[in-house]
Amino acid sequence: MNAQLRLAVAAAATVLLAGCAATPSKVDPLEPMNRALYQVHDVLDTNIVKPVAEGYVSVVPQFIRTGFANVFNNIDDLFSAVNGLLQGKTEKAGNDLGRVLTNTMLGLGGLIDVATDLGIERGNEDFGQTFAVWGFPAGPYLFIPLFGPTTVRDGTGVLVRIALGPVSYISNVPVRNSIYGVGYIDLRSQALEGGSIVDTAALDRYVFIRNAYLQRRRYLIYDGKPPPEPEEEQ
Amino acid sequence: MTMMKAVRCARTLGAALAIAATALASPVHAQEAPDAMVKRVSQDMIATIKSDPLIQAGNEARIREVIEVKLIPHFDFMRMTALAMGKNWRSATPEQQKRLSDEFKTLLVRTYSGALAKYRDEAIDYKPLRMNPADTDVTVRTVVMKSGGQPIPMDYSLTKGADGWKVFDVVISGVSLVTNYRDEFNEQIKSGGVDGLIKTLSDRNKGVAAK
Repeated sequence: MNAQLRLAVAAAATVLLAGCAATPSKVDPLEPMNRALYQVHDVLDTNIVKPVAEGYVSVVPQFIRTGFANVFNNIDDLFSAVNGLLQGKTEKAGNDLGRVLTNTMLGLGGLIDVATDLGIERGNEDFGQTFAVWGFPAGPYLFIPLFGPTTVRDGTGVLVRIALGPVSYISNVPVRNSIYGVGYIDLRSQALEGGSIVDTAALDRYVFIRNAYLQRRRYLIYDGKPPPEPEEEQ
Repeated sequence: MTMMKAVRCARTLGAALAIAATALASPVHAQEAPDAMVKRVSQDMIATIKSDPLIQAGNEARIREVIEVKLIPHFDFMRMTALAMGKNWRSATPEQQKRLSDEFKTLLVRTYSGALAKYRDEAIDYKPLRMNPADTDVTVRTVVMKSGGQPIPMDYSLTKGADGWKVFDVVISGVSLVTNYRDEFNEQIKSGGVDGLIKTLSDRNKGVAAK
């Protein structure tokens, strides 16, 4: 959730319009362009975003970072409840609503994640998943600099989510941008560990990230029980 | 037979039975249920990580050593590599298959030790396992609870072999380690053949950075 996100999605639209490239694979027809964008991202991330996120982790105490993350998560839980309802998953939506009420009232407005301690699971629903359940195709995979991996369907979901606020309704521009900025760096800081694992594990980081992203989204769409993919073994 | 003799005889018999029972159970873990095995091994790893001063100091060589001794015996790297290779597995010679699974193992150990070096105070919640006695493939579900973070589901796919249950895939937050490598392996084989893949894996294991 950040200011650059709008730019990023605008860039995504441009990429789509320009997407008459060769067709290397079904999931990633825009691979040559995506790879180029990944290179751009890698330079920006390695030299600017990652050092800032590392600085944030070393300067800001853990409990404050956790508090920030919890507030953002609390808002996301509300949207998760909405998306649960849009997909007809009333039980999940109820859980998410329960989480928001619990954390907002007992957790100092969302600063403390009381609900997780009470064992109320996060629904992790979002607009991208709702569109999937409604039957929209994922569309081409995209890699957006400073935003990361997505698909046309998921990217559209993120756009809808940002437009609905609440941060987008803050009229004071410096305040709004500061919140986007902190939210962005906080999100990036949470991915630092994962990033170092990718650096060790991947043979080709671009492909590794793409596969992990697509697997993760599939898992979320099927609520953690994806049907087995056709196996190629033996 | 006198009373004394009978008692002595019964005692001897009892002792013999006890020894026999111990002997039968001595490959203790061969008959162990898959969820019990995952729990025992992961708890053992956690206890070791917490108590070993070298690991606490972030000594990755020591972490690797512990993984080799405690974790590796419970993994089926041949099956893992075969799954990651997909249809290309058949086109590899037995010798290539051996090298592939060795290099893949090294890569995964390096990755895992890097992750474990950052281990702090996570607790693991083990979900109840539903399986039929005849099942030879099962999934053991766990959730890693990080203090101040979101719980991370971590599932282990196990297969029943001659010497007990072995892990052939780990699925973290819905991302399968094995599946994730399939495209990468495929791509390497397409451009450089099976030997190309072996070389890429061995280069990575020697510390050459990924592209």
